[in-house]
Amino acid sequence: MFPTPIERTKPSTQLLYKIALPISIIIWLLPLLAVALTSIRSGADINSGNYWGMPTSINFMENYTAVFTDSPLGYYILNSFKITIPTVIGAIVLSSLTGFALGVYRFKLNLFVFFMFVAGNFIPFQILMVPVRDLSLSLGLYNSVWGLVVFHIAFQTGFCTFFMRNFIRALPYELIEAARVEGVSEFKIFWYIVVPLMRPAMAALSVLIFTFIWNDYFWAIVLTQGADAMPVTAGLNSLNGQWVYNQHLVSAGSIIAALPPVLMFFLMQKHFIAGLTLGAVK
Amino acid sequence: MYSYWKNNQLKIAPWIFLAPGIFMFSLYVIFPIFQSINLSFYQWDGLGAKTYIGAENYIELLDDEYFIVSLKNNVIWLVLYLLAVPAGLFAALFLNQTVRGIRIYKSIFFFPFVISQVVVGLVFSWFYDPSNGLLNIILEFFGFDTIAILAEEDYVTYGIIAAGLWPQTAYCMILYLTGLNSVDPEQIEAGRIDNARGWRMLWYVILPQLKPATFIAVVVTIIGALRSFDLIDIMTGGGPWGSSRVLAYYMYEKAFSEYGFRMGYGAAIAVVLLLIMMVYIATILYRLYQDEKGS
Repeated sequence: MFPTPIERTKPSTQLLYKIALPISIIIWLLPLLAVALTSIRSGADINSGNYWGMPTSINFMENYTAVFTDSPLGYYILNSFKITIPTVIGAIVLSSLTGFALGVYRFKLNLFVFFMFVAGNFIPFQILMVPVRDLSLSLGLYNSVWGLVVFHIAFQTGFCTFFMRNFIRALPYELIEAARVEGVSEFKIFWYIVVPLMRPAMAALSVLIFTFIWNDYFWAIVLTQGADAMPVTAGLNSLNGQWVYNQHLVSAGSIIAALPPVLMFFLMQKHFIAGLTLGAVK
Repeated sequence: MYSYWKNNQLKIAPWIFLAPGIFMFSLYVIFPIFQSINLSFYQWDGLGAKTYIGAENYIELLDDEYFIVSLKNNVIWLVLYLLAVPAGLFAALFLNQTVRGIRIYKSIFFFPFVISQVVVGLVFSWFYDPSNGLLNIILEFFGFDTIAILAEEDYVTYGIIAAGLWPQTAYCMILYLTGLNSVDPEQIEAGRIDNARGWRMLWYVILPQLKPATFIAVVVTIIGALRSFDLIDIMTGGGPWGSSRVLAYYMYEKAFSEYGFRMGYGAAIAVVLLLIMMVYIATILYRLYQDEKGS
């Protein structure tokens, strides 16, 4: 193991390390802790500029309920779920199919199609912006939850295909061969043999895509207008514009908006990291 | 019919599986790229008729000082954002221990990457706030003058990049932590016997084994730098006086905001950005191709 395990060092180094850990974490999260602190202050504290002194009162419940009652943040969060969940399902369905096709079959254009998905995944969003907005307008999907869902599914298929295909390549090919010899049809091979084995990949992709889409801001402002279909990222920004003198409430809103992906990460940490670090080791 | 399917199953099946994915991806990603490239030779306000103007949009770009500023900022982003790679490596080395509770520490270090850039942007704008922000409180405490980072043309881009480095470092850290996990312990022991320690060990024994992690860290960081948009929009809106714009942001402004509705001109900016990005995309594809040939 590198660096040298701390247990094998001098006691003074061990002590130093144990002190350094919590201190470094506090410094690392300082900006976030500041927001958490602001989010429980009273409006009076904010108005008098008391951001860092002792809070005159702790308004945890008041502030966090006010965000839901005095602003459409709850509605934005609901939109975010309405956008994120179908996208996760759609992208995983599509990429299971494409990943299977590219991972299992050998045909001439295999690598070409694969590279198309990979390359498309890395292009700058701005090159898609105008045509995708026009397309959404002409399909009647502009400013709707479904407009965002359909675009996100299509775009995420690039990354997900890459992921699924590599995952399927690593599965034992003999399983598929054996089934073919038995005369099992290709669709049945996909459904009964490969899909069950793909579960870990699906879990990893679900958490990753959930986080990506939940945090998407660019497409939210390109494909929506007004509050109807706006997800929480864009909603939070517009709230920040309206509530200039209510920083404690915007802070509370930020914490709420950050919570779902953070929870997702904590609950599914293993899958999340497995997905993110795909290819980081050989 | 049925027997045709039976005999040619292996040839047809992949295309049936691919069809929905290729359809969606072409419709929303592949075709739009070419539509944008085409659009960059037109003048269009998004509503009326398009007028073909040849390369005029590109010629105009050369004289557009805001375009030059955005391009320059992109370069600054690209260079400074890469600091996330060594920073992530050192964070990973710091946390690659097995003391009690270390897993919690690792997850908490990773936090900034999981939260939305909108939240990161808001958090850092408050952090930099000239009157009540924590940064200036700290500066004052140590007897320095306060600065309004996001209002100063000379500092604003660096301020935003610092905010971006926060999640990006966390990302690189996770990549390196995973990489460190799979470093060959025998080689480390061999290195120790040869008296390689600390820096020498890191440089000659560990880093070569971390190459795949480094490659991915560099690639995602470069792509992330060129894609930077959210933080700029949230923290400054490109200001003050357009000094913190990057190409991605300038394109959006030209095409969609009150500054323009100049779709063709915006498309030309996007094409330039795509060309820059293509260098990295080509590198990635080349690596993938090498891997594929090898296996």
